[in-house]
Amino acid sequence: MQIARETLLRSYRAMRTIRMFEERLHVEFATGEIPGFVHLYCGEEASAVGVCANLTDNDTIASTHRGHGHCIAKGVEVGGMMAEIYGRSTGVCRGKGGSMHIADLTCGMLGANGIVGGGPPLICGAALSHKTLGDGGVAVAFYGDGASNEGTTLESLNLAMVWQLPAVFVVEDNGYGEATSSSYACAGTQQARAAGFGMPYLECDGSDYFAVHQAAGEAIAHARAGKGPVMLHVHLTRWYGHFEGDAMTYRAPDEVPKARSEHDCLKMFRERVTQAALLDASVLDEIDAAVADEIEAAVMKAKDDPLPQAPDLLADVYVRY
Amino acid sequence: MAQDIIPITMPKFGLAMTEGKIAGWMAPADTDIKTGDELVDIETSKITNTFESPVTGRLRRQVAANGEMLPVGALIGVVADAAVPDADIDAFITRFQADFAATSGGADADAPADEPVMVTVGNHTLRVHDRGEGEETPLVLIHGFGGDLKNWMLNHAALAQGRRVIAFDLPGHGGSSKDVGPGTLAFFAEVTAQLLAHLGLERVHVLGHSLGGGIALTLAHTAPKSVASLTLVAPAGLGQQINMEFINGFIEADRVRTLQDVLKYLVHDKSLIGRRMADDVLRYKRLDGAEAALRTISAACFPNGRQGDDLRPVLESASLPITVIWGREDEILPAAEAENLPAGIVRHILPDIGHMPQLEAASTFNTLVTDFIKSPDLVKTA
Amino acid sequence: MSRKSFRQAINEALRQEMRRDPTVVLMGEDVAGGRGGSAGVTDAWGGVLGVTKGLLEEFGDTRVLDTPITEASYIGAAAGAAVTGLRPVAELMFVDFVGSCLDQIMNQAAKFRYMFGGKARTPLVIRAMYGAGFNAAAQHSQALYPLFTHIPGLKVVVPSSAYEAKGLLISAIRDDDPVIFLENKVMYDDEDEVPDEAYTIPLGEANLTREGDDVTIVAFGRMVGLANQAADRLEKKGISCTVIDPRTTSPLDRETILECVADTGRLVIVDESSPRCNMATDIAALVAEEAFDTLRAPIRRVVPPHTPVPFATVLETLYLPSVEKIEAAVTATMNHRVVEKV
Repeated sequence: MQIARETLLRSYRAMRTIRMFEERLHVEFATGEIPGFVHLYCGEEASAVGVCANLTDNDTIASTHRGHGHCIAKGVEVGGMMAEIYGRSTGVCRGKGGSMHIADLTCGMLGANGIVGGGPPLICGAALSHKTLGDGGVAVAFYGDGASNEGTTLESLNLAMVWQLPAVFVVEDNGYGEATSSSYACAGTQQARAAGFGMPYLECDGSDYFAVHQAAGEAIAHARAGKGPVMLHVHLTRWYGHFEGDAMTYRAPDEVPKARSEHDCLKMFRERVTQAALLDASVLDEIDAAVADEIEAAVMKAKDDPLPQAPDLLADVYVRY
Repeated sequence: MAQDIIPITMPKFGLAMTEGKIAGWMAPADTDIKTGDELVDIETSKITNTFESPVTGRLRRQVAANGEMLPVGALIGVVADAAVPDADIDAFITRFQADFAATSGGADADAPADEPVMVTVGNHTLRVHDRGEGEETPLVLIHGFGGDLKNWMLNHAALAQGRRVIAFDLPGHGGSSKDVGPGTLAFFAEVTAQLLAHLGLERVHVLGHSLGGGIALTLAHTAPKSVASLTLVAPAGLGQQINMEFINGFIEADRVRTLQDVLKYLVHDKSLIGRRMADDVLRYKRLDGAEAALRTISAACFPNGRQGDDLRPVLESASLPITVIWGREDEILPAAEAENLPAGIVRHILPDIGHMPQLEAASTFNTLVTDFIKSPDLVKTA
Repeated sequence: MSRKSFRQAINEALRQEMRRDPTVVLMGEDVAGGRGGSAGVTDAWGGVLGVTKGLLEEFGDTRVLDTPITEASYIGAAAGAAVTGLRPVAELMFVDFVGSCLDQIMNQAAKFRYMFGGKARTPLVIRAMYGAGFNAAAQHSQALYPLFTHIPGLKVVVPSSAYEAKGLLISAIRDDDPVIFLENKVMYDDEDEVPDEAYTIPLGEANLTREGDDVTIVAFGRMVGLANQAADRLEKKGISCTVIDPRTTSPLDRETILECVADTGRLVIVDESSPRCNMATDIAALVAEEAFDTLRAPIRRVVPPHTPVPFATVLETLYLPSVEKIEAAVTATMNHRVVEKV
């Protein structure tokens, strides 16, 4: 399948933005300046971006606690995200959501979610909206292998099939739910689970942008055509801990270094597009430089931005009370 | 000194009694009575019983007349110290009657033949309360902006002694449908004419209150043959001034508390406006379309915060008996508009009364109206 | 205007709002019923107690959605649909089933607006039956409105009559915040005068069903009727009561409660939910804090014991507040004499 040059450029930029955003957070978090806790998406960029490259603002996604990548891939503004993570009033959620609740409904981003398995039921609802309103939209739930065991997820697979919803369930399987391996916690297979509901199933290597793009494209086209939901199983490796500060004592010492050297989605993307002469290396270098500037500016601005004020505490609990 | 005024109400004898008839007062009015004195004979469907006074004091009023049938709990008399001023007694009676009518749905709520009915007139469904019968020319009551049948709760039955009296909810109001077309006086006059035709009434006395007065005047202009006389109560159309704080406040209020404050503009004695009255009004104001209807009427009749219709020429050229009743303390439409009326129009300006004389001075009002429509021509030439 | 049952009033509210707004959809377990059964019928039930009967026929299965018995997924779906353009009314059948989907209500729907910095609207209504008196025992009889009241972001409606139910449900559906609408299952056949037209009763304004001088009674849902009966009896003994129906536990019309307590100086609260951290304790705290000086007697609460709802009729009757218990509480507060401390 031919991918348009514009899409490739946009996708590379999104993946590079996620990478730099997360690596910068890794550094900044260690300084103690970022409140709360953050869960980094490094290593998994091609999944969010490969899927979202098949979506428009009219489509909807729901994310997880590890949501920065999905936000950026779906088009949430990076400066607003950074300010939110710093707890500033200029943040996309005015400093009231933080890392785990970044949302932007205007671009179809239903929110990162602090609750494991929180997203799939919401996505059934978003898909129902698309179907009922007849707007041609598709709703995509990103959830991890940990969440794949939640009752909410299994119920949602069932409901989506019963209602024949235009939904795609993307299992981002990075091998660990917190500190417990999916080989321990997930009985059976994701494929068998999909089959149990009679749901079509696709899987792909999540470090290969082209594989994700291809599989997600098929899944989304199926859903968009009114043929019902699809499960997309994306195999990934998480480069950092469950949260920042996780010493990862449960992982073999070579696991992450191996992934970084052999399964770096950005490196793989660059090699592929330059070898196939789809994009010029210098263009990619320019993007890298531009993204570096953007992240630097976002951090500087976030640090300087105003903090929320006391009246903000009481604001926006209700539309009207 | 309300605590010194004691209501005597229709007692309940036995479990099944819902109403009783005043068979005869034993204690004359304005005499001192004491607890246990024989007060009044009450006749029920089963038995006639003597009701003994539950209190000691002076029987200041026999509110219910001999022969009158009243529901249990209705006010039949008032006991108070001789020192209590008559005005306080009157205010007490008014308030009691208003509360009682509101809580019991009116004295005649149980009589199925005397219930409002829904009548379809053109595109409109109107809630119509048709009461009384007799040889006399019927009387039609037209309420004002935001009003409904309940505006006449202290008048309708009294006026309908020996005469057919029809009250109805204007479109957009009370239980009637909510389409008010352009919301103009002409529109409402036309609907009124259609209702009269539907009821087979060729000629009626017309009583209009406030905006209803403007409607009545418009009807007299467009269909003069159908109007036998006009009773205009604080009518619209005689000047430009209108209390827009009331109009806008009334439109916007969706809660008892806010509406209660707005309704206080309607009366001089503010204590008359209780929560229950506001609650009753809200029951209709809450219906879908009611607020939009009121906004349409307000825009059509009170553009730029002034009354848009000048009906003085109608008044001046009318060749039918007309009387005007106005509360001197009216805070919605100033009673001063009643000055400089054409000769022959009898004016009654009631002191210490606000925009709703029919409520605040019900008995005076009922007497004035009854006397006028009994022989309107005589008044005209007097 | 005609007499309608509590059940009919709710059905009419749903029907009128679905006619008025094509984004209003209904979902829940057997809200129609019969799908795929061997009889080949649809709308077999119209809700387990027939409240939504006939809506499938008028609006079809794209607007009246039967769900599997999976509360977490469809309540979550209702929340997701609400933030993406629909106005769902989800039926949870028995409020006790909230145990299976509390996350979707508490952590998702209730929090969207605040967490997202005021950028979300969640026009969601969740209808559910509550209350004891049906021999439905511990898992089908609870009055869980305090649970929802506790959660910021939710509004909670507890209607006390058919008239109230219709107007409050229409307001709830038109409201842009998530609303929990709780129907006492014992009341479905209770009749009242209910206008045929659609109308709205604002959320957050208490209703005074009667005004008196001696004692203020605050009661919720079905308890309002019991409080009125008790007040009728007390009136004959010369004790006049104000009865407040707050209509909604969130928002709570604090102002009206405080005003009435200031007028009467005595307060009795009737609440059929479990006695710890319920509406009675909430209002008692409010009055103790804001109106202590107006009190002439201790606040009294008429509440069930801190037990699950029992099954046997004799026990369930003992469990629930009653007219007699309310009467006794009011009488006790009237008999209280302040003892001067030496």
